[in-house]
Amino acid sequence: MTTEAIRPDHQVIYGIVEPGSRVLDLGCGEGDLLSLLTSGKGVKAQGVELSEPAIYKCVEKGLSVFHGDIDSGLKDYPDKSFDYVILNQSMQEVKKVDFVIDEALRVGGRVIVGFPNFAYWRARLRLFFKGKTPVTYSLPYRWYNTPNLHFLSISDFKEFCADKGITIESEYFLGRNRGQQFLPNLFALNAVFLITAGNNRKER
Amino acid sequence: MTTHGNAGTIKVQYYTFAEPPKELKLESGQSLGPITLAYETYGELNKEKNNAILVGHALSGDAHAAGLREGAGVKELGWWDSMIGPGKAFDTTKYFVICSNVIGGCKGSTGPSSINPKTGRPYAIDFPLITISDMVNAQRHLIDHLGIDKLLCVVGGSMGGMQALQWVASYPERVRSAIPIATALKHSPQQIAFDEVGRQAVMADPEWREGNYYGLGQPEKGLAVARMIGHITYMSDQSMEEKFSRRLKEKNYSFRFKTDFEVEGYLRYKGDGFVRRFDANSYLYITKALDYFDLSGGITRHPGRPIDTKFLVIAFKSDWLYPSYQAQEIVKQLKIRHADASYCEIKSTYGHDAFLLEAEEQTHLISHFLKKVYKDKEGR
Repeated sequence: MTTEAIRPDHQVIYGIVEPGSRVLDLGCGEGDLLSLLTSGKGVKAQGVELSEPAIYKCVEKGLSVFHGDIDSGLKDYPDKSFDYVILNQSMQEVKKVDFVIDEALRVGGRVIVGFPNFAYWRARLRLFFKGKTPVTYSLPYRWYNTPNLHFLSISDFKEFCADKGITIESEYFLGRNRGQQFLPNLFALNAVFLITAGNNRKER
Repeated sequence: MTTHGNAGTIKVQYYTFAEPPKELKLESGQSLGPITLAYETYGELNKEKNNAILVGHALSGDAHAAGLREGAGVKELGWWDSMIGPGKAFDTTKYFVICSNVIGGCKGSTGPSSINPKTGRPYAIDFPLITISDMVNAQRHLIDHLGIDKLLCVVGGSMGGMQALQWVASYPERVRSAIPIATALKHSPQQIAFDEVGRQAVMADPEWREGNYYGLGQPEKGLAVARMIGHITYMSDQSMEEKFSRRLKEKNYSFRFKTDFEVEGYLRYKGDGFVRRFDANSYLYITKALDYFDLSGGITRHPGRPIDTKFLVIAFKSDWLYPSYQAQEIVKQLKIRHADASYCEIKSTYGHDAFLLEAEEQTHLISHFLKKVYKDKEGR
């Protein structure tokens, strides 16, 4: 597999995950990321996915996957069942984000969250000058067909973590094909965060 | 291109064990022996003996799962012929597939219609009550007899799925993977209720004669009604609409108590066909075994022990007899035990019958799943 073929967010996540760890990917789609992690890092992978055709693709790839939604996919797992819980491009589609993040932190030691940045400069321009809902590379949908229920910026997510006492272990900001570190809330299309339940976090 | 019956012409085989005094101890505390199991096999057992797949049949099924039955007047295809054979989900060019009739059944395995060696007459209701766990214990004797230490997979729909689950519960170290389909960890009150109505229909028929009808004729009316009720629960509202709608058999209503509607004719036809091929007492025993089944307390008896068997759990959207929440209960247990597992709810309008009819989707899932399990031969 050439690195060019691998999506930049997948490359970032691949870099984060330690070999041989247990990984739960919520909203794993057709299992591209999990396949990458399984073959390259020897992780023990489990996916959760709502789309039936995507389930077939995952099983074709030899992955273990549960058919269901993310909101209800976590509750049956005991605490710390996984080393990593991944919510890549799926957090913005769940109904109750704070509940899912809480559950993800309970079930996994570390949580990897990846989402499109709503405050990307082109999105801002489109809203400001055209008065229209942003459509960007990372937010390609129209207002009437988007699966996204929540629209957030990088700053929004950092504030959310601060409010909830969640520790941000590391953060990665992505442009179209590579990293975008300069003024990320303005110039990054996507962000990936590695978060843990902070020390000052109230025990649930 | 037709692949019907491409598993070949199959000869049913028999294995007898548990000869007194080494009778099989049953869950009820009673013993049963000798026991004969009727079984069929498809494909070849490889040298390493690690390609064996055991298929469990449903309530009214039998050992004839695939291919054409030898000696049958009409060409009789196996009940899961669409899934078992060369190039099919259970590819018999790779795997060795076994299907046996359950104990308590009436298709060659020891059941209430078999001769009780103590009396020289059919057991009738002197036959001990059996459970899914007893069925599986009997199958384990057959697997031992075939020289198989570890099964590549145990699979089945409905009651067959219960057997797959029970195998993992009873002999976890002997099952590499399990595929429970359209099944549950336990019967709900609704499922028990349908079974009880079926049993009452049989027992209310005066021809039942407290079970001692052998040589006199079956309680046909009662058994047919039980089967008619069963068929309603195997279909869905939508599949019945598609199959029958309100179509009439004749042009107009008869204004008599005749079979006006096609759906009535279909149920009667199914009921009448069933009484010719199935023993009424077996129906009572097997439905009771279904109702007694309950692994909701844990698929493995050892708390905290992980499940090493790999799972593929399948449910169907329109199946209201074994609704998908019951499959999710299985999944829940697998999550708690960190089992390596997949679950898919297949979109289908066929209701519970979908496990017999939706070959394409099941084939896709099962063939890839098995390929992976077979490749990881040593397991974890």
